[in-house]
Amino acid sequence: MTNAAKRLEALAAEAANAASAGSVLHEDAEPAKAIDWQSHSPLYESRVKVYPKLVHGNYRRAKWLLMLVTLSIYYGTPWLRWNRGVGLPDQAVLLDFPNRRFYFFFIEIWPQEFYYITGLLILAALGLFLVTSVAGRAWCGYACPQTVWTDLFIHVERFFEGDRSARMRLDKGPWTLSKVLRKAAKHVSWLVIGMLTGGAWVFYFADAPTLASQFAHFDAPFMAYLFVGIFTLTTYSFGGIAREQVCIYMCPWPRIQGAMFDESTFLVSYKEDRGELRGPHKKGTSWEGRGDCIDCAQCVAACPMGIDIRNGMQMECIQCALCIDACDEIMDRVERPRGLIGYDTNDNQERRRRGEAERFNLIRPRTVVYSIVLLLVSGLMLVALINRPTTQLGVLRDRNPLYVVLSDGSIRNGYTVKIINRDNVARVFQVAVEGIDGAHLLTPTDASGAVDAEVGADTLKDFRFFVSVPRANLSALANGEAALRFVVTEKGKTDSTVGETTFRGPTQ
Amino acid sequence: MSDHPIKDDVSGVDTTGHEWDGIRELNNPLPKWWIYTFYACIAWAAVYWVVMPAWPYFWDGAWHHTKGVIGYTQRNEVGNELKLVAAGRAEVMKQIAAMPLQDIVKNDNLMEVALAGGKAAFGDNCAPCHGSGAQGSKGFPNLNDDDWLWGGTLSDIETTVTHGIRWETDADTRENMMPRFLDDSILKSDEVNDVAEYVLSLSGHSTDAAAAGRGGAVFAKNCVACHGADGKGNQKLGAPNLTDQIWLYGGDKATVVETISHGRGGVMPAWGGRLAPATIKELVLYVHSLGGGQ
Repeated sequence: MTNAAKRLEALAAEAANAASAGSVLHEDAEPAKAIDWQSHSPLYESRVKVYPKLVHGNYRRAKWLLMLVTLSIYYGTPWLRWNRGVGLPDQAVLLDFPNRRFYFFFIEIWPQEFYYITGLLILAALGLFLVTSVAGRAWCGYACPQTVWTDLFIHVERFFEGDRSARMRLDKGPWTLSKVLRKAAKHVSWLVIGMLTGGAWVFYFADAPTLASQFAHFDAPFMAYLFVGIFTLTTYSFGGIAREQVCIYMCPWPRIQGAMFDESTFLVSYKEDRGELRGPHKKGTSWEGRGDCIDCAQCVAACPMGIDIRNGMQMECIQCALCIDACDEIMDRVERPRGLIGYDTNDNQERRRRGEAERFNLIRPRTVVYSIVLLLVSGLMLVALINRPTTQLGVLRDRNPLYVVLSDGSIRNGYTVKIINRDNVARVFQVAVEGIDGAHLLTPTDASGAVDAEVGADTLKDFRFFVSVPRANLSALANGEAALRFVVTEKGKTDSTVGETTFRGPTQ
Repeated sequence: MSDHPIKDDVSGVDTTGHEWDGIRELNNPLPKWWIYTFYACIAWAAVYWVVMPAWPYFWDGAWHHTKGVIGYTQRNEVGNELKLVAAGRAEVMKQIAAMPLQDIVKNDNLMEVALAGGKAAFGDNCAPCHGSGAQGSKGFPNLNDDDWLWGGTLSDIETTVTHGIRWETDADTRENMMPRFLDDSILKSDEVNDVAEYVLSLSGHSTDAAAAGRGGAVFAKNCVACHGADGKGNQKLGAPNLTDQIWLYGGDKATVVETISHGRGGVMPAWGGRLAPATIKELVLYVHSLGGGQ
């Protein structure tokens, strides 16, 4: 056992004594003990169950609100409609794998435009870096699905089994009918939430109302049931069973975050300079010569990760700020100022210790660089999106045979021209070639080559073309090769799209 | 050495009761979920041996294997899948078989199927001689160009594919013969030389105008019956056009002399009866679409 752990236990014992002395502050039968993750060194260690206690306060209120907002976005988004025209899906956000399209409100992504998704991921990563360098793991603490769903699941658990001490009693107690019923109700509720989570997930991949009615009639595609099943189980096991272990052992982010913090990052911190020396306090006695921390361990009881924030910055801390609410409640009751635990920077901790004034330094190299790169990438993506062409052209030259000699000695090459029409209406294109004198365009069925190439709304279509160059013009082929351009113009319009390719003949 | 299990002071775990040179082994069993998964795998394997083909054995001078009670084989599986694919195509293949070629060309949907099927059938049956891109090679015509020995219309191509060329077992096969002018002593070798020059001059490749002039008379006497007075050939007889830039065996003088001296007679199999009528139609449409179809 490490010294820290020994000290902790000693403190806990003291606190227990204080509790038995009649302190009103200790509602639990025994004071909360933090899980000392670091000193658990064996290769395999059974999980020590965490029983987070309900707190009240501004952060808890903010988290309820955020839970409402994030869950509403998650469950509600697939039901938003967006009119795109006849024959196209009217779901605002839809990942349409069978038809290979991603729809996001007014944006439509084809598979070959996947770089937009890459851009989004880069933006998400940079946003995460920026937020982390300013306010630590705010993402983890407030918005991460793991945190939000775990919070919801803990609330369900609390509803059926009571708060921290009641839950601990229940787990220790014998298997009475009441215990069985409570546990069963909890697990069933979790599974239902999990199922709804998975149910909402599949709606992002198919037309939501259609799929919902299919579910109602039990004739949804097998894949939909499979994924609802997978998400039911993962949500249940991550949110209900594994909880903080997902953050500690499965998620890579806690291991990376250390590179994003600096001494000016706002972190949920215990203000050691104000709190120490900690110890139980009897009402009416003086606060002189001691710290404000009364060692009630309410911050530990509230912590969903089961740690003690007073041990300083720890990898396990998800910065959920619930210990702030827990401590503020106590500070109000012992009539000391709030904020013994609060958002603080390492820099200010040091400055207070040296007796200097606090300072807040938001504009630092890393926040500036992250912001600039964030703006750059967003700008780049916006420009790319605005200038996204509605017509695109791919020209594939036949390689087998490389070229064909015709009876009059002219040379013919074959091409497959792929015309992409990203407009929501069918369009007719006219195709021409340029770049080689005398080059003549024809199709397998039409010697004039003057076809109207009609491409349906929002699709790609292949067209076969032949280009022949008369014998008299073959001198244009240096080393048997010359550049050729396919020019595709929408009928009645002047804007044209050019596809570069080559024309090949025999090397002289 | 065997011993009674004791509790280890440091770890609080029982020992196995074995000791080697003072070293005792702790009894840390595998996790239960692992053990039961392992048992389940063993049970699964036992069932699998009975149900599926599993054990090889040597009997009566040959290797066999247990067949399994449900009779599963991967070969059957592939066969069933192929049957399913064929069943899926049956309707459209029936349409292709029933519809005249000229009408299929006008039907975009059927054409898409026919060209894809024709391409596959071409790769399976025709590519060994004509090349995977139908580009041909010496003695095997290039099917992409606009020069046809026996005609390039849909019905001409269909006849050629169905009955073949010089295919003895097919009564309706296309038949002709380029005589062996030198071998059979129809022409003397200087006459062969002259007529070769004349033939080359038809496409502007002659290098000896005097010889070509002499060859004209030889040509008029011996070749016009098939190749025509102007040398443009005759598709009814399968006689090639000698005035164009395309040469089946090569357009250099040595090759032309060789052709005249020893004759030519390439063979193409008759595919009627070997391939389904609908497949032959697909092949015809595919070849016709390659760029030379008339």
